[in-house]
Amino acid sequence: MSSRIQSPDASLSLASDAPNLETRRSFLGKSGLVLSGAAVALLAGRDVLAKGNRPAGSDVNVLNSALGAELEAIAAYQVGAESGLLQKPVLNLAVTFQGHHKEHADVLAKTIIKLGGQPVSAKEKYTFPVETLKTQSDVLRFAAMLEKGAVSAYLGAVPVFENRDLAKAAASILGDEAMHWAILRNALGDAPVPAAFMS
Amino acid sequence: MSAAAVLAVVVGAAAAKGELTGDPKAGEAIYARCFACHALAYNRTGPKHCGLLGRRAGSVAGFEYSAAMKRANWVWNRQTLDRFLADPLKAVPGTTMGYAGVKDRQERADLIAYIEQAGRSEVCRAR
Repeated sequence: MSSRIQSPDASLSLASDAPNLETRRSFLGKSGLVLSGAAVALLAGRDVLAKGNRPAGSDVNVLNSALGAELEAIAAYQVGAESGLLQKPVLNLAVTFQGHHKEHADVLAKTIIKLGGQPVSAKEKYTFPVETLKTQSDVLRFAAMLEKGAVSAYLGAVPVFENRDLAKAAASILGDEAMHWAILRNALGDAPVPAAFMS
Repeated sequence: MSAAAVLAVVVGAAAAKGELTGDPKAGEAIYARCFACHALAYNRTGPKHCGLLGRRAGSVAGFEYSAAMKRANWVWNRQTLDRFLADPLKAVPGTTMGYAGVKDRQERADLIAYIEQAGRSEVCRAR
């Protein structure tokens, strides 16, 4: 039987939200961080709207599905981080990967708003099969399963975007998820890259 | 009629309708593509799959469906699942399943066979 857990603790948040694009750019510049190519592409949504080339509503739907999955992934990593099963180097990795998912979610939500949509919120509670997570390997295998699913989901999303910038951005996130999957598999002692192609 | 004879009739009928025979084992591997959003036993970004065959689309209690899926008026069976999985956004315009689809017919048959088999598994019977 699955258990329900609370949403992740906001105290683990790694991202800093700025109120507008200029402020965000300024913040990122001062902090020495570089806005990723994916974020640039996503934030370009405003330009698409300005040109009157409004993406179909399906783009917002696709982005919201991705956002929902990212928010769940954040919660899943929180479960792993708080399980007490992860040893220090692996725990750091999990928190780093969770941070990536937070960045994905942040950019996706902002883009949905720019496109005139309403981003989905994190659920108050998520259901995870925590009764099956008894060792570090169990947690890693569960995370790897979610990351593999995320790769497939983005792979299936890339071709359906009306806006090619969004497709490019989704492909960029896909690459990040694939790296997560490979590293988790490596940590488990599995072949990190088991095939030449993803599906 | 023996079980083997019944199976032969069922397989024969499927073949006559141009359906492919799915391999649940192969379908289980394909199901890994669904893990970002779906689980067998509980709702996630997408609805749970236990009990999918024979269920009316948009009817899982507690899951928030798109208006399009609620309006679809489909019952999930091998044929409707095959049609949906081939191109979800075309089959049900407005669905929130933003996924290009499983384009290979045999892969769809395998995936449906797995979902069908999993629906009879202990995981699903316990639900």
